[in-house]
Amino acid sequence: MTGAIQTAAPLLMVRDLRVHFTIRSESPWPWTPTRALKAVDGVSFDLHAGETLGIVGESGCGKSTLARALLNLVPLTDGSVKWHGDEMRGASPQAWQAKRKSVQMIFQDPLASLDPRMTVAQIIGEPLYTHSPELSTTEHNERVLAMMLRVGLTEQQINRYPHEFSGGQCQRIGIARALILKPQVVICDEPVSALDVSIQAQIINLLKELQAEMGLALVFIAHDLAVVKHISQRVMVMYLGRAMEVASKHALYDTPRHPYTQALLSAIPVPDPRLERAKTLQLLQGDLPSPINQPSGCVFRTRCPKAVAQCAQGVPPLRQLTGQTLSACVFD
Amino acid sequence: MHLMEVKQLGVQFQTPDGVVNAVNGIGFTLDRGKTLGIVGESGSGKSQSVLAIMGLLAANGRATGEVLYHGKDLISMPTADLNRIRGNRVAMIFQDPMTSLNPYLTVERQMTEVLEFHKGMSRKEARAKAIQALDAVKMPEAARRIMMYPHEFSGGMRQRVMIAMSLLCEPDVLIADEPTTALDVTVQAQILILMRELQRDFGTAIVMITHDLGVVAGLCDEVMVLYGGQVMEQGNAEAIFYKPSHPYTAGLLAAVPRLEGSDGPMLAIPGAPPNMARLPAGCPFTERCSMALPRCGIVRPVFGTAAHDAHVLRACHLPIEDVTQSLLRLKAEQGVSV
Amino acid sequence: MNSIIEQLPHLVSPPRSLWSDARRRFLRNKAAIVSLGVLALVCLACMIGPWVLPHAFDSADWESMSAAPSFTNSHFWGTDDAGRDLLVRCLIGGRVSLTVGLLATLSSVTLGIVWGATAGFVGGKVDAFMMRIVDMMYAIPYLLIAILLVTILGREFYLVVITITVFSWMDMARVVRGQTLSLRSMEYVEAARAIGVSTPRIIFRHIVPNLLGVVVIYTTVTVPGVILTESVLSFLGLGIQEPMTSWGVLIQDGAKTMEATPWILLFPAGLLSITLYCFNYIGDGLRDALDPKER
Repeated sequence: MTGAIQTAAPLLMVRDLRVHFTIRSESPWPWTPTRALKAVDGVSFDLHAGETLGIVGESGCGKSTLARALLNLVPLTDGSVKWHGDEMRGASPQAWQAKRKSVQMIFQDPLASLDPRMTVAQIIGEPLYTHSPELSTTEHNERVLAMMLRVGLTEQQINRYPHEFSGGQCQRIGIARALILKPQVVICDEPVSALDVSIQAQIINLLKELQAEMGLALVFIAHDLAVVKHISQRVMVMYLGRAMEVASKHALYDTPRHPYTQALLSAIPVPDPRLERAKTLQLLQGDLPSPINQPSGCVFRTRCPKAVAQCAQGVPPLRQLTGQTLSACVFD
Repeated sequence: MHLMEVKQLGVQFQTPDGVVNAVNGIGFTLDRGKTLGIVGESGSGKSQSVLAIMGLLAANGRATGEVLYHGKDLISMPTADLNRIRGNRVAMIFQDPMTSLNPYLTVERQMTEVLEFHKGMSRKEARAKAIQALDAVKMPEAARRIMMYPHEFSGGMRQRVMIAMSLLCEPDVLIADEPTTALDVTVQAQILILMRELQRDFGTAIVMITHDLGVVAGLCDEVMVLYGGQVMEQGNAEAIFYKPSHPYTAGLLAAVPRLEGSDGPMLAIPGAPPNMARLPAGCPFTERCSMALPRCGIVRPVFGTAAHDAHVLRACHLPIEDVTQSLLRLKAEQGVSV
Repeated sequence: MNSIIEQLPHLVSPPRSLWSDARRRFLRNKAAIVSLGVLALVCLACMIGPWVLPHAFDSADWESMSAAPSFTNSHFWGTDDAGRDLLVRCLIGGRVSLTVGLLATLSSVTLGIVWGATAGFVGGKVDAFMMRIVDMMYAIPYLLIAILLVTILGREFYLVVITITVFSWMDMARVVRGQTLSLRSMEYVEAARAIGVSTPRIIFRHIVPNLLGVVVIYTTVTVPGVILTESVLSFLGLGIQEPMTSWGVLIQDGAKTMEATPWILLFPAGLLSITLYCFNYIGDGLRDALDPKER
């Protein structure tokens, strides 16, 4: 069902995940029904050890909310999330605390995700302090320093504050903080979107090295398909809270099946004048529908160039097409 | 005579840390119907240079050099005269469509204001023209939506409103400061096509500022690459993209993640963007340049015509053959496929 | 490439914490520095002066009652209508006013921070309930309650402090709550939750240190308010008991004989005004220094 490559038990199993936020209704009368903002509306996937799953989508597709729901930073409305086979929906805070040792997160805004009043050493050491308070000071400091050097920072920077660093360096601090507990999974929420192009490559290379070295599984969330291609083995394309296509990297980029994926790929500007001007664009008309009033049936039908009447009746399920590709489109 | 000619443009800021040269010696010419792309990362000075052209610098900033529009210098022009040109003959659209429209005024009021001031139209005439402009940018139901407030529009729609506003007076030059950076990629594609069509229909010259090389490749005839406030390389788009002659341009083109890339590591430019308050006396890219010579940090390279192509200008001490060779060597060192 | 970096040492700068940045900016503000100096002088004078000067604050000098300021008879600021040296009384009054000011400020700031941070962080109904109490406190006319309390319980020093505290903590509570609300949604707080940091540690390690900037600024705004409140209470006869005095009491006494012996009013009023000005300038300086936009 998931198009998984490996047969070993997955680290993470997500089935039909939903995250709905209740919005106050427009009129103040108490009998008007509350509306729901469906940020994530039925997403399923597996993640195995050592692999990278890329999640792409544009604004409002729910990928950031999905990331936060996986870590219980945002409550789940429905569906199941199983870490190491343990059902985590409705789990106690203690259960989550135990899981957090092996699942960490890297955030989008490098500077905002670091407490401006803590030094680098304190920031990187905080997970260690939280989960392994029994460590001696020497050992704690040694591990912090080792992690700093591993991500490319220098010893002289150990007592500096985040605002003294560039964006790329701040993200390195964020990576060090996420990896100091030697987790099994790291969820990366748009880690390079806020960085300059020349720095993006540094951070992506660093993540790949660390992944190979530490055997990490990554959930890499981004809106830039080209970046995702460099780091993922499988890619999931989301739109308005649902998965449109899940495929292995080469299948997705070479033969995209879902119309949204096709439009997304053709819209990416290519830094090559002849290719860029000669390419045929699959333009999407209109704008993203509101996540509060979602279109019936397939949520993409309002902008889809191939939409027919059938698309409005019933949500097309994510079906397995060829070996590793799943697509949610009536035409497949 | 060129439509716009910029000569030795410089921008200095008075800060508590001293004088910062945000822009240092930029020059270009612009003709009707042409597009210039100004490419750079954070701290390169690309936004400040166009703000200087429009006279929109912060209070502690000062512009030097000349910006000749039809032969008249915009920098030394008194504000009253500049106001007749800004918004009228030279228009600008900004990056963040959320903050560049006044949230308290309807779109109609904001657009008619422009026409009333520059063209002396009555409110009724201005409204009709504004609706026409919104139609031109393909906004659905323009007559109804013009009475709405900015927050009722999506990002892409707001950017269309901005483009429509800038084209109301049919300007000769349109300056776009990262107009699509804040938009989704599918919306960006729509906006870029729109800009291409409008340029074709109205013949406007466009100055496009961006950090996205793909956008430049699709839209621009000429490209100027900035780093640390100085021009690294400048010339015809095809020459810059296919035969980059500066280590920074070459590195940038190689570092951009591409769809047809392979699985190996990406080429990274080491180091971090420059601290504009403390630039070296020589080339600002020295610190991060893997091919830097000792004199690169001390002597500023002369900005002149490249040896291999008369239409390309570059500022580098290294001869071109060395640049290409070093790039290959860098790729080999980092294990990146060629 | 490393050798290039070594040759350009001016590109590397020493570490700067946010507090040292703020201190640097504060020190550049001349008005704030001068005010700090003047305030220090006033405090020093109030503390040490009465021991150094020859007269006691409650001893009457029968030879010079309501005497004008002069250098000859060692009553530098004159005497009041009971023959007591005005300079000493002003300094003693300063001790009381400043002490009351300090104590009442400390307690109201503490109460405000605890109230506001709890309401802001917990949120929901608890937050709504706590803030409604704040609103009610604002609605109560403090003067009437002060009169009530003083009439029933008497005019003790600690009562004055309590009365003032009870009506001064609300501003701080509101401000702290607002800051806590915005800090709660900061990405580094989210990161701390993702790491698994416990809630109390999040409040103390991440939220409170980032509140301190605002707290410091509002404290310097609270102090003059508190001193003024004490002066008003004393002026209305509800504050400190005789023979102990405060600036408010002195001003009340001086106001009674304003036309005949103006110095009895002018000196304490002048001292009070100078102190309030100093606090205001220092507050301004702190606000500019700690402004996050300047980072």
